[in-house]
Amino acid sequence: MNAMLDWALHFALACFASAMLCAMIRLLRGPSAQDRILALDTLYINGMLTILTLGIKLGSAIYFDIALLVALFGFVGSAAMAKFLLRGEVIEP
Amino acid sequence: MNGAELSPWIALPAAALLVAGGLLALVGSLGLLRLNHFYARIHAPTMGNTLGAGCVLLASMLTSSALAGRPVIHELLITVFLLLTSPVTTMLLMRAAVFRNESGRDRQGDTP
Amino acid sequence: MTLTHRPLLEGLLLAMWLIVNESLALHHWLLGIAFALGIAALMRALRPKIAHPRRLLVALQLSWHVLCDVVRSNLAVGRIILGTLHQQPKIGFMKIPLELRDPHGLAALSVIITATPGTVWAGHDPANNVLTLHVLDLQDEAAWLHTIKQRYERPLMEIFE
Repeated sequence: MNAMLDWALHFALACFASAMLCAMIRLLRGPSAQDRILALDTLYINGMLTILTLGIKLGSAIYFDIALLVALFGFVGSAAMAKFLLRGEVIEP
Repeated sequence: MNGAELSPWIALPAAALLVAGGLLALVGSLGLLRLNHFYARIHAPTMGNTLGAGCVLLASMLTSSALAGRPVIHELLITVFLLLTSPVTTMLLMRAAVFRNESGRDRQGDTP
Repeated sequence: MTLTHRPLLEGLLLAMWLIVNESLALHHWLLGIAFALGIAALMRALRPKIAHPRRLLVALQLSWHVLCDVVRSNLAVGRIILGTLHQQPKIGFMKIPLELRDPHGLAALSVIITATPGTVWAGHDPANNVLTLHVLDLQDEAAWLHTIKQRYERPLMEIFE
């Protein structure tokens, strides 16, 4: 039964890697700035899911903390960049 | 996996959730490539952000609870955090796109 | 200091602290309560308006409906993305007049709408309370209108107003 879970873990990792590749292509191709930010947002979420899957695979709880930090900082980064596009500055006086 | 102590009642749902989460995230990101307008593309990653992440986090909760022998629920924090924050980013991006298209700052926004 | 509100924010912060530490020991309770009170006081200085959610049962039912809709629209959006070889979806904006006025209710509605794949909150006009919605697959405008008014807005009005 664990062989099946192993297979599922590898399948999920392959899916996240391909998803990150798709997001990477969109990040490089653009064409507009908001497209690139959207791709970056997708990229960090898929990266966080990859870390979580690795945590399941290796049976370690440390990966959870890394995933939480990636989620936190990824959100702050994407929100700041989207705000910059909207207003031209991140923190308004 | 380290050790072979997971029962099929845990391993089977966890494997199904992982496959579902992976497929959802992949289709969502594929939408970034396949859809031909920014306003259509902004809908695609929401799939991976909500249900895809939820599936993987649920699988993580199942397996780590089974390995630790007690309920481990701290993945719930990431789930709630993602559910609250990913819509905020999407809304900000949507408003930025509308603003840039209207103000004519974005000459390429309407092209595929 | 008199207790003029239910300590919702404090309770949530304390629960978060205990979940992160994965422990119910006394020192975690004390430190968590101290942090919760401090952060809640700081937040109240930042935003004095306090939400007064009521009716837990309606909120739970709404969460269940949202979960069902998220699953359903995930499948629908997946089908659209995989079908883009044949045709691109018909995207479009639509305007929905709202009756919900409470800012916390509007925030909850925006998160619900945007978290559901296929619809994104694109703006809100506070003067005449009209919501602009962007829809990926604009086939049936009346169905979207019905979903948002009946399924989301009515329970949110019960909860927050």
